[in-house]
Amino acid sequence: MKLFSWGNFPKIVSRSFYVDKLSTLKKKIKENKVFIPFGNGRSYGDSALNHNIIKVKPYNYFIDFDASKGLLHVQSGVLLSEILTAFVSRGWFLKVTPGTKLITIGGAIASDVHGKNHHVEGCFSECVEKFTLMLPDGEIINCNKHDTPDLFKATCGGMGLTGVIIDATIMLKKINSKYINQTTIKTKNLKETFNYFEKYKDSTYSVAWIDCLAKNDEIGKCLLMTGDFANDGKLDYQAKNKIKIPFYLPAFLLNTWTVKIFNYLYYNRVASRVSSQKVNLDSFFYPLDAIESWNKIYGNKGFIQYQFILPKEESFVGLEEILKIISGSGKGSFLAVLKLYGKSNDNYLSFPMEGYSLALDFKMEAGLFDLLNQLDDIVLKYGGRIYLAKDARVTQDVFEQGYPNIDKFRQLRKKYKMNEKFNSYQSQRIGI
Amino acid sequence: MSYVLIIGAKSDIAKAVAKKYAENGYDLYLAARQASELSEFATNINIRTEQKVVCIELDILEYDSHEDFYNQLPEKPLGVVSAVGYLGEQKQAESDFSQAAKIINTNFTGIVSLLNIIANDFAKRKHGFIIGISSVAGDRGRKSNYLYGSAKAALSTYLSGLRNRLYESNVDVLTVKPGFVATKMTENMDLPERLTAQPDEVAQDIYNAQQKKSNVIYSKWIWRWIMFIIKIIPEWKFKGMSI
Repeated sequence: MKLFSWGNFPKIVSRSFYVDKLSTLKKKIKENKVFIPFGNGRSYGDSALNHNIIKVKPYNYFIDFDASKGLLHVQSGVLLSEILTAFVSRGWFLKVTPGTKLITIGGAIASDVHGKNHHVEGCFSECVEKFTLMLPDGEIINCNKHDTPDLFKATCGGMGLTGVIIDATIMLKKINSKYINQTTIKTKNLKETFNYFEKYKDSTYSVAWIDCLAKNDEIGKCLLMTGDFANDGKLDYQAKNKIKIPFYLPAFLLNTWTVKIFNYLYYNRVASRVSSQKVNLDSFFYPLDAIESWNKIYGNKGFIQYQFILPKEESFVGLEEILKIISGSGKGSFLAVLKLYGKSNDNYLSFPMEGYSLALDFKMEAGLFDLLNQLDDIVLKYGGRIYLAKDARVTQDVFEQGYPNIDKFRQLRKKYKMNEKFNSYQSQRIGI
Repeated sequence: MSYVLIIGAKSDIAKAVAKKYAENGYDLYLAARQASELSEFATNINIRTEQKVVCIELDILEYDSHEDFYNQLPEKPLGVVSAVGYLGEQKQAESDFSQAAKIINTNFTGIVSLLNIIANDFAKRKHGFIIGISSVAGDRGRKSNYLYGSAKAALSTYLSGLRNRLYESNVDVLTVKPGFVATKMTENMDLPERLTAQPDEVAQDIYNAQQKKSNVIYSKWIWRWIMFIIKIIPEWKFKGMSI
């Protein structure tokens, strides 16, 4: 079976089996093979790819819901979208959600995903009360922050390299509307962008779309979107129909000129400097989910989503340097997202740290890796790191410098013999 | 009246159909052998949808129990979905009649026994819907699975007659003919991806068709055309083919 993740790069040949019953999973895991768990294939690179994968998505029952505390117990194949379908109309939402709802709970934990409220609520692991994990010998362990701190800190953000997450109990948050009161601020340059992020840091949700082809004194101009849930009691939630991109578009359609036109239109669709809108939660949190297989616009060679974060005090200089190189290269695409993050957590491999992160797509083309290597150097120079859930090409050296807890992670893997059983193309490439 | 009765509720298609109806505001009776094994599934649906889900023991081959089974339902269902199916072992069934009988009785006789009872009740009260999940395998007999296929053909014919009879009584009968579906029943087969439906897609097709009061649907829809072609191949040609 051909297998690839959301970036359509790399494409590999893989064998898979489904998690149906725990007894069969245990038997499979004990067989003498190396696996990586695979959720809904929404990480971008090779972190969920291997020649043998365990498909967890079919293992997707809701097990229990305690409405007095908002605690939801589900099997790990449940998609965030399924939780929304079930619970938004009852006045519950995810405490932490990334920019797509089409990921499994297992994937959310393994990548310790974060969202537009990271500066307030932290990573996904903040809402994980407990989970169970199947180890290489088939044993199932109950994990939580207090009783199994090492396994918890390694598994949240551990990219599936500590075992198979079986089920999890997560804390939902109360909402009283399916709408978000959104404020959009149009900025002229990076300095202004930073100022507004700071100014709106008490706003629960914030994110900026940034024009990465802007040059000179316009570098860093953006549309900053901030907001919070409305309080109008309107909760009748139904997921919207999707537009579908049925096949790979020819990659040449995306070039500097088309991206420039898009960016111009996107930036100028908002006329005033500060404006307010009331938007549906799907359009606010998951704009791209409305277009099924949007990843195909980059053509069949795929793309890399490059996401890095820099410590706050270095962010301005670092971002300016990086944005200059990107706009000079003319390679950046129209989906570039900037965000101010809150404090980092203790998890060994979680990506966020206090500072600014930029994520942007590059279609696969000649010279791309050279450009990204150049960016890696700048990221390291300023003490930053690369997000593993997006990565398909970083070197071991770049990875290690960004993640100072890697040795603790490696030791734990060794202790439980996880390194002999759970590996991905990524973990082998960067020597985890 | 809010219940939909699903018989053969352990199959992957049945579960997907059950979920679809619950999501659309129906309560569920899930009937199957060893129904207690459905309790986790029932809880799952209940948490997702807040609809009532009741698991009930039913052996489709225990014909004598069917009357009692239906009568003891505390509230009669709005509609019924038969997802009972048994592929069996074609090769074994060619020489072992007990296997052949099991295929025929599971896919046809048992369903007739139960649907007769339900149809009479629906006819009397003059509303309701009956959905039978048959198969494209019933459209033409092939050497690889003609016992299963002929039982499904009989079921399709039965449903057609039932539809004709119940038309006057305002009861809708839907025949569903799935092609390849990625389920436990087919997990060891190497199925072509483009022609293979996921259980959720079949469930969506079934729900839409029932709401629209359709008569016969194929799922995926392309199977209507595939089977059309397979059906028009002349018998003198077909008998020498391996498809």
